[in-house]
Amino acid sequence: MNEFDQARQTFFDESRDMLREIEDALLVLESGGGDAETLNGLFRAAHTIKGSAGLFGYEDVVAFTHEVETVLDRLRAGELAFGEELAGLMLACADHVSSLLAELESGNTGETADRDRGTGLVTRLRSLYATPEATTRAASPAVEASSDAPASGPCRWRIDVRFGADVFRNGMDPLSFIRYLGTRGELVRVVTRLFDVPPADRFDAETCHLALDILVHTTASREELEKVFDFVRDDCTLVLTRVTEGAPSVETTGTGAVPTEGGTEPVVAPEVVNVAMTRQKEQRAEEARFIRVQADKLDELISLVGELVIAGAGATLVARQIRHMGMLEATQSISDLVEEIRNSALQLRMVQIGDTFARFRRVVRDVSHDLGKEIELEIRGADTELDKSVVEKIADPLMHLVRNAMDHGIETGDERAAAGKPRAGHLRLNAYHDSGSIVIEVQDDGRGLDRARILRKAVERGIVPENTELPEDEVFGLIFMPGFSTAETVTNLSGRGVGMDVVKRNIESLRGTVHVASTPGAGTKMAIRLPLTLAIIDGFLVTVGRSSYVIPLDMVVECIELPADIPAHAQHFNLRGEVLPFLRMRDVFQVEDSVAGHESVVVVRNGTSRAGLVVDRLLGELQAVIKPLGRIFRDLQGIGGSTILGSGEVALILDVPALIARATRNSTLAGPATAGIPRSPGRLLTEIPSSLERE
Amino acid sequence: MKSAVLHAKPGAESAQPGVSQYLTFVLGGETYAVGILRIKEIIEYGALTSVPMMPSFIRGVINLRGAVVPVVDLQARFGKTSTQVARRTCIVILEIESNGESQDIGVLVDAVNAVLDIAEADIEPPPSFGTGIRPDFVEGMGKIDGRFVIILDLSRVLSIDELARLASASQQECESAF
Repeated sequence: MNEFDQARQTFFDESRDMLREIEDALLVLESGGGDAETLNGLFRAAHTIKGSAGLFGYEDVVAFTHEVETVLDRLRAGELAFGEELAGLMLACADHVSSLLAELESGNTGETADRDRGTGLVTRLRSLYATPEATTRAASPAVEASSDAPASGPCRWRIDVRFGADVFRNGMDPLSFIRYLGTRGELVRVVTRLFDVPPADRFDAETCHLALDILVHTTASREELEKVFDFVRDDCTLVLTRVTEGAPSVETTGTGAVPTEGGTEPVVAPEVVNVAMTRQKEQRAEEARFIRVQADKLDELISLVGELVIAGAGATLVARQIRHMGMLEATQSISDLVEEIRNSALQLRMVQIGDTFARFRRVVRDVSHDLGKEIELEIRGADTELDKSVVEKIADPLMHLVRNAMDHGIETGDERAAAGKPRAGHLRLNAYHDSGSIVIEVQDDGRGLDRARILRKAVERGIVPENTELPEDEVFGLIFMPGFSTAETVTNLSGRGVGMDVVKRNIESLRGTVHVASTPGAGTKMAIRLPLTLAIIDGFLVTVGRSSYVIPLDMVVECIELPADIPAHAQHFNLRGEVLPFLRMRDVFQVEDSVAGHESVVVVRNGTSRAGLVVDRLLGELQAVIKPLGRIFRDLQGIGGSTILGSGEVALILDVPALIARATRNSTLAGPATAGIPRSPGRLLTEIPSSLERE
Repeated sequence: MKSAVLHAKPGAESAQPGVSQYLTFVLGGETYAVGILRIKEIIEYGALTSVPMMPSFIRGVINLRGAVVPVVDLQARFGKTSTQVARRTCIVILEIESNGESQDIGVLVDAVNAVLDIAEADIEPPPSFGTGIRPDFVEGMGKIDGRFVIILDLSRVLSIDELARLASASQQECESAF
């Protein structure tokens, strides 16, 4: 990647951030919040996008954002009122800019659909400021925080700008400023001057020796004129002089925005300057607190720390084998440190979930408009942190749950009023940490799940046999079955072919679970529980045949010896009065060599039920750094990944839910006659409901 | 037509133009060759973890300096008997491109011979039969000292998609058996 590409990439990244800011600000303004500063922020963001796009020559973006900016300017001047319609238009504009940028980034430009949309938007924008240019321009920029001596009509400004030596090297084109200035007013005169030009033998074509003396006739305020030079602000000397009949007011703006204590009286009140200065400092401090790091560098670091964990385990193993006390102590203190490093390294990848949640403001707004429902979104626990890779993968399932809650959960205003509830529905996104996991809740105060209807549907679809009695929990679990949908009307939200089963599968692929609680008439709560990180798990090491396997520790309930009196063909036994179905891992994995010694049973949790895995030997707990198995094994069910043991040997990580799902499917196929336990398919479903979604 | 394909794909150009370098190895008494550009390294056989429910040609996975790499038994892949591990058994680590991603795969061979130059002119198109393996696995027949060796088309032999499909099928077979 060369320097230009890098700069381009930075531009796209920053623009995306800006667009997000714009969207946030619009939503705040639309909901009646926000103040002059919010509006200013909006304007600044749009202006920055326009300016930077200009530097890269993206004329489409510049032209379009210019229209947006004009409307924002009117808003700021208080000539336009911010209403719902305008908010909708502005959001659509932000989307359009975003798609323009996406096109530019991917390199395929010229989608006609986009063009048409852009033209349509521009027409709508223009209709908003159709009033004569001059009168609106003249209105005082009331919201401007540091506005001085409001211009009372077009006047002449003399702009004396002397560019710094590095302006060319920084990729700036002085001409672009003149051109841009031309859009703010009429250029009366532009004089270029050279200064400090060295003799020809020492002349460097990349060094800027240029100064401009510009006379412009404009209605723009001092701030607006200064903004024209925003991009070279730190690298030029800028003197703005208003050419009026009276004494000209002089203000120098170079590095920092300090007015000269020159002969003329200061035009800007000191308080205003102080406020501006403090704000700048705050901004710098904020920037200094964060370092932008490429995600793959962090991944590299974390994978190295993973190696370190493995190597450390290897060293401990050797120390134990040679029984050297000093060595053992040394390796122990090293592994303590490595663990700390590991934790801080993983911490680096932690991001707040707030950004993900905030995106739903827009979704809730748009969807509730589409559905004609009033829905308020409440966000809690936005500062809860979780691994970046988890955040990325949870956005889609979360989106589905949110849309579902709005579409099926929350009733229309009339229905709600009839039920004695406030007309506006309430949707809450909540996140919090709970014993080593993060819990994300999507809660609505809608009609709640209809138990009877779900059960009826499940029977209809052949998911459960008729006359099945199911505990409430498991009835709700049925909505995650493939091919299950209770929506009676297909709206443009539901019925897009992605069911709740996909949501569940996505969550499970992150080693998470989803739990539903619902009260009829009072609402539904979906709670997603996820591990904080995907890179490392606590596991329990066992052997089957000659291979080692890792069972995720959070699945393990207890370990017991396989009772000696169990016949070889049995598939269940009595565990303290409860029936425990079990799988002989030797049979599942078709290990042929004979058993050495006594077999053990690892009792694992599976949803609300339990199952046993019969293994050869128990080797104890370990921290497993998860390594993906190659794509060859992508369809392998029952193995979730691999890890490397201290000895250098590869151990496979068992995917317990998938193993049990397989066994369940097989015994369902085999029918009750040949399957040991469960006795009937109906009973089976009640035992292991969550496993069925995997087909 | 074949020569155009060969031109684009096989081993590194050696000193003379039109000549590429190939690694030759022995497998069940037969000599095969692969272009050396795909080869990352050759390691001794050891510490292999078998993966359950897999077809016989997927021997298992190994730890290659922290990365978990699958190992394919080429002999079994060709539909012959599984390779017996002996003193000279090696694992050749190859880089396979598939759908724009590259993946490392190890192949089990009886013994590694040498790196040889084979001129383009000395490569014959594959015969329709007579090589003892599936014709699409053969990229060409290289002439070395008057004998022919089979130059393997690794993108076919080790096609990730096909391997995954076979692995999946084998698993289902396992499942119905159990």
